Amino acid sequence: MSNTSRTLVQVRNLSVDFRAGQQVSHAVRKVSFSIKQSETVALVGESGSGKTVSAQSIMRLLTYPAASHPSGQIFFHGKDLLALPEAEMRAIRGRRISVVFQEPMTSLNPLHTIEKQVGEVLRIHRGLGTAAIRTHVLDLLTKVGIREPEKRLNSYPHQLSGGQRQRVMIAIALANEPELLIADEPTTALDVTIQAQILELLQDLQAELGMAILLITHDLGIVRKMASRVYVMKDGGVVESGATADIFANPQNAYTRHLLAAEPKGAPPQADESAPVVVETENLRIWFPIRRGFLKRTVDHVKAVDGVSLKLRAGQTLGIVGESGSGKTTLGLALLRLIQSEGPIVYANNRIDRFASRAMRPLRKNIQIVFQDPFGSLSPRLSVSQIIEEGLLIQKPHLTFEQRRQAVSKALGDVELDPDAQDRYPHEFSGGQRQRIAIARAMILEPQFVVLDEPTSALDMSVQAQIVDLLRHLQRQRNLAYLFISHDLKVVRALSNYVIVMRNGKVMEEGTAERIFNAPQTEYTKALLSAAFDLRATHASSVIND
Amino acid sequence: MEPHVYRNSANRNFYSARSNFMSRLARQFQLTPISLRRWENFKANRRGYWSLWIFVVLFFLALFAELIANNKPIVASYKGEILFPVLIDYPEEKFGGFLAVTDYKDPLISEEITANGWMLWPLIRHSYSSSNNDYPRRQNQAGECLGFPSPPPWASNMALCQSPADQVARYKTIGNRNWLGTDDQGRDVVARIIYGFRISVLFGLILTVLASIIGIAVGAIQGYFGGMTDLVGQRFLEIWSSMPYLYILIIISSILIPGFWTLLFVMLAFSWTSLVGVVRAEFLRGRNFEYIRAARALGLSNTTIMFKHLLPNAMVATLTYLPFQLTGAITALTALDFLGLGMPPGSPSLGELLKQGKDNLQAPWLGLAAFFSVAALLSLLVFIGEAVRDALDPRKTFE
Repeated sequence: MSNTSRTLVQVRNLSVDFRAGQQVSHAVRKVSFSIKQSETVALVGESGSGKTVSAQSIMRLLTYPAASHPSGQIFFHGKDLLALPEAEMRAIRGRRISVVFQEPMTSLNPLHTIEKQVGEVLRIHRGLGTAAIRTHVLDLLTKVGIREPEKRLNSYPHQLSGGQRQRVMIAIALANEPELLIADEPTTALDVTIQAQILELLQDLQAELGMAILLITHDLGIVRKMASRVYVMKDGGVVESGATADIFANPQNAYTRHLLAAEPKGAPPQADESAPVVVETENLRIWFPIRRGFLKRTVDHVKAVDGVSLKLRAGQTLGIVGESGSGKTTLGLALLRLIQSEGPIVYANNRIDRFASRAMRPLRKNIQIVFQDPFGSLSPRLSVSQIIEEGLLIQKPHLTFEQRRQAVSKALGDVELDPDAQDRYPHEFSGGQRQRIAIARAMILEPQFVVLDEPTSALDMSVQAQIVDLLRHLQRQRNLAYLFISHDLKVVRALSNYVIVMRNGKVMEEGTAERIFNAPQTEYTKALLSAAFDLRATHASSVIND
Repeated sequence: MEPHVYRNSANRNFYSARSNFMSRLARQFQLTPISLRRWENFKANRRGYWSLWIFVVLFFLALFAELIANNKPIVASYKGEILFPVLIDYPEEKFGGFLAVTDYKDPLISEEITANGWMLWPLIRHSYSSSNNDYPRRQNQAGECLGFPSPPPWASNMALCQSPADQVARYKTIGNRNWLGTDDQGRDVVARIIYGFRISVLFGLILTVLASIIGIAVGAIQGYFGGMTDLVGQRFLEIWSSMPYLYILIIISSILIPGFWTLLFVMLAFSWTSLVGVVRAEFLRGRNFEYIRAARALGLSNTTIMFKHLLPNAMVATLTYLPFQLTGAITALTALDFLGLGMPPGSPSLGELLKQGKDNLQAPWLGLAAFFSVAALLSLLVFIGEAVRDALDPRKTFE
């Protein structure tokens, strides 16, 4: 390793324990890493690997005294940060080391203006006056690429888009020109096109200001693009480290190889063009009225879904792709008749869009949904068997307790879980296992049509691949029709026969998956693909909506 | 914490035959891991835990107040016949008297019974409504005999008035003592506190349960359906809860004679609103959870979703409020009794005792006894409430 520049941060044998009552969990065990001036170092690992906890230890941001450090030192300019008095630590936080968090929705205070939030760090650390702060804030907002910053000074966070909020967070972090910027999953909550822009912004700013970046991420694509060195973490320890190029070209550790191979792969089963049509819509519209005035007259509509037609055949997958706010989830809910819509929805030759909820009930067993968040979609108060059998209780009330129990066992076996686990509670399972339970709940009714609403987005990369394999297996076995909703183009490519690209409620482009991915026609689709697969931002007006 | 997963392979065959039945049975009685942890958290709060036990024991004892403090023997034997005067009113003719209901403390009757059998008296031989005719009264320094209220025997060094020897002997019997003195009608303060405690707690419990049922139902409907239902409900609540219920109660009590149930229903009419907001908020939050959507996609009816999926979420907030609701209900009843608008005259009540204390400042045992019993009751409930609140606090539960 070259040693041209000085080491900025040296972490030695860092351990972090969390204590809850009598139980102690060892989140980080004897981790050592170093960051040199002006370089980008990545901590990579799946959720629970201790990467965020390690990084937050540098800032001493953990929930002490529940968290403790049984061993380790963190040297920053020769001083051990873990032993520093709190007052000195405060002088370092936000001034010499700063941090950008994952969730731009919650890391800004909703009650303060942008000017106040960016200006706060300047006031605290530099004691500047109001006028000086304003010039600085304008300067910073320009630097992070917010257009017309004068108009944005008095905006509140809810008036900004996700990408803009993350830019403001970066402006706050960079206000005092820190020597180290900790970026904790800075783009995970953002759309792919915005993600590419933010990453480019970080690179530009690093070149300009010369700070070091500690990048925490689970996304190896980002690591490859951004970092010069990588530390791979697993279960609280570093399993492999080295220069990015070396690690990607020649991984030594089995876990690293597993991570690198974990991307969802494979192709969907061949589409049979003569298969019967399961679901069909014609010019489907979901408009939410905007009412104003005393009499609540409808003055305009939010066109969540505006004129979408689709046709889905048995045994095939239709991928719906789009960024947040494009109306893809709304479309899925409308097809399930969970929200009101206009326009015909034909399911198995029945027009179900006018059915009352009672008439819908017997059809529900044929139409199922799997949601994105495996933590939110399972009731924490019911055991696994209670969750899975719920549909049976309604749809097949003639089953005895024994029969239901057998059905639940079989459903768990089908999603490759231990049937003995059915009396446990959801919190005892990992994210991937929970998603399997959610799939089992949908599959036990033996549906013909399943809406998959971002079923892999909340999962780690290697778990995503397993879930994709499982879904493909179930499809082949049962000749299922999937409506696969996702913003993740890699997963869509692994599952879909046919793809619809949506934007602002309208269909931008549609076609077979092959054609969309290999020969996109519209600028928007091209920009989406380059952002997703090459992390390249396209500054065309067709893309930027922030 | 590990719910019955049968790991032991030797037992497996034996269990698998019954596992369905057993697990179904077990599920009925088993606390979920979350509830279990909350119960552990509650137990860890020693003060709250002990308060709960003390309260439960006191309430249980008070439920059987007739067997603890009564002016009738629990069991008596008269001429070979076993009698249960606590349960059955025997006419005095039976013992050679003439009243319709026997006064067992009448010297003639009690001598008659003890001569022909025996009597098993409760610990305290006074009921809440009986005055102690055996108390010889106290006399002041001028030698005048004073009336009721009379002080506790251990707290007064004033001489007793001149009385027949047999009356003094009866007065000195342990069971006949007025440990906390008598009130202004010669009724035993201890007996009145025991019965008053029972009425207060029962009133509070019934009011809390009924108010919770109505409040949860209204809050659930408003929160789940939202929209116009919610809007109308909220406006109604605002109007309803801005009505001054004390004044309405005063007006009603001038028309109806306020009894236990009248009071209960009038107070119920105004106290159900307090839970609506909490439950409504929980349902509003919960109805967009993905597992609620999943349940709708499975074809569950609204009622099932509300009971099975949403209500358990709202129960946490509700349970946190319950002990404080109980405290509020008891305080309200005490306040009404204190103002003389509460229970009908003669009923035992802590508030009425407080009022007597206020009216008879020369008899501090009345005010002090009432104050300490109300304070102890409310403190117990507040301690329990605090412990429940902390045990259900998600930050403490999931840290």
